[in-house]
Amino acid sequence: MTIDRSTPALGALFQELILEHYRKPRNRGVIPDADATVHMKNPTCGDEIHLGIKLNDDGRIADVKFLGEGCSISQASASMMTGLLIGKTPSEAEELGARFAAMMHGDEAAAKDRALGDTRVLAGVAKFPVRVKCALLGWDAVQEALQKARA
Amino acid sequence: MATVIPDILRLRADFPLLDQTANGKPLAYLDNAATSQKPRPVIDAVNQFLLQDNANVHRGLYDLARRATEAYENARTRLARFINAPSPDEVIWVRGTTEAINLVASSWGSANLQPGDEIIVTLLEHHSNIVPWQLIAERTGARIRWVDIDEQGRLVLEDFDRLLSERTRMVAVGHVSNALGTINPVRTIVDKAHAAGALVLVDGAQAAPHLPVDVQALGCDFYALSGHKMCGPMGIGALWARRELLDAMPPYQGGGEMIDTVTMERSTWAKVPHKFEAGTPDAAGAVGLAAACDYIDGIGHDALLAWEQELARHAMERLSQVEGIRLFGPENLEERLAVFSFALEGVHPHDIATVLDAEGIAIRAGHHCAGPLMTRLGVPATARASFYLYNTPEEIDRLAAALDTARELFSIG
Repeated sequence: MTIDRSTPALGALFQELILEHYRKPRNRGVIPDADATVHMKNPTCGDEIHLGIKLNDDGRIADVKFLGEGCSISQASASMMTGLLIGKTPSEAEELGARFAAMMHGDEAAAKDRALGDTRVLAGVAKFPVRVKCALLGWDAVQEALQKARA
Repeated sequence: MATVIPDILRLRADFPLLDQTANGKPLAYLDNAATSQKPRPVIDAVNQFLLQDNANVHRGLYDLARRATEAYENARTRLARFINAPSPDEVIWVRGTTEAINLVASSWGSANLQPGDEIIVTLLEHHSNIVPWQLIAERTGARIRWVDIDEQGRLVLEDFDRLLSERTRMVAVGHVSNALGTINPVRTIVDKAHAAGALVLVDGAQAAPHLPVDVQALGCDFYALSGHKMCGPMGIGALWARRELLDAMPPYQGGGEMIDTVTMERSTWAKVPHKFEAGTPDAAGAVGLAAACDYIDGIGHDALLAWEQELARHAMERLSQVEGIRLFGPENLEERLAVFSFALEGVHPHDIATVLDAEGIAIRAGHHCAGPLMTRLGVPATARASFYLYNTPEEIDRLAAALDTARELFSIG
């Protein structure tokens, strides 16, 4: 018995780019002078993220960094998300978050939206409903951090 | 073994649910520490009650109500026999182990715990044998003390000697660890606790499905179990406690069935066990759990254990061969049941679970409701394969092969 890497579902889930981000997450770390920090945990599975955000003088996202512990999907998703959000305004980030969430819930138009960049390789997660919350953990953390930063 | 195997394979046919595919592969259900599947005789017993015997128990004066009450009380007697309780009056029906422990912590705890009193729990406990004690400790000013484990996930028995004192009122310990499968030496712990004047509550959720349970031989004061892990329905379980303890404890919940007389000023309580059974109980569940006792006793604990030990031996052998695996729990099979928690280098437990699911193999990945244990092991989560009487060596082979492939899938390509 072997698992075929080309099994449509599994192959779509564990794509090489996802595994690459899992092994070498981008923007991993702590922002010493962050405008807001958030700690989020998924109590059912234990995935965890500490996320910090720093805004520019013009209100754009200057930096997002995270530390976390979790599965390939949660870690890769957070890593890809940070790359996408740096340089965006908070409202653009919120829009992208909503778009990403739509993709996670099977919205095919969202999965083709170029604005989502590399994060589109996570579209396959939609076929694994129990893993959707893993992919959303980083995004949920960033939305909360933005709210905190603005408050 | 030769005589046991064919019998067990025949038993597998008693579990209709197992005959299905998952993601196009035959279902290999290896999450039995979470809940067991149900054999036909249990399903039939529940059906029979609902189809022909259903009425509210201990209320109606008509024949159907008498029959329902009789079925409900006969089930209590049956369960009492299953755990060798001296009397069925010492068996309280509850929703499950969690409610049983909450009942004791709340009722016994509120009547007996004082500031400075101590409750001993262990690092192997399920959250259901931790959190109720934390709640009552907070309310009463009592303290929680912790017994550690060794590198093989066995309780450090010297810790009991160190921690037990005249301040200790309760020792709450699992019979078998849900996360590691460790069988704890309950009798030894009971003797130590009693020598110090403390009571002992045993969380039997993971033991009752597999081991013969004899509450009198264990010598404990409280024993809690869940029906759904031992071939019975969800939503029914039992608390056994010594009669004099139950008599002295205040009610847990108020309502119907648990009263003697109710006036506008005050109420008096029914005798045990009904003092602790407020409201309409899950009578069909109790009947189903009694049928589960019949089913397990029909196989016999010798045959059951022999088969599960064979599964444990095979799992230990095959899983040890998986590259990059770290197996938790006792190495000696006599100190454990067939519950295997493991980590796979480079592959997170959730990812393991997803890869296995694609192969039709159902395991648990997560903290197993044992947060303090995960912290002690230095892992955020583990993958866990747990076996029951209907599992086969072939399913273990499939598990091991799928783990090899998960490693491959996640290796640097």
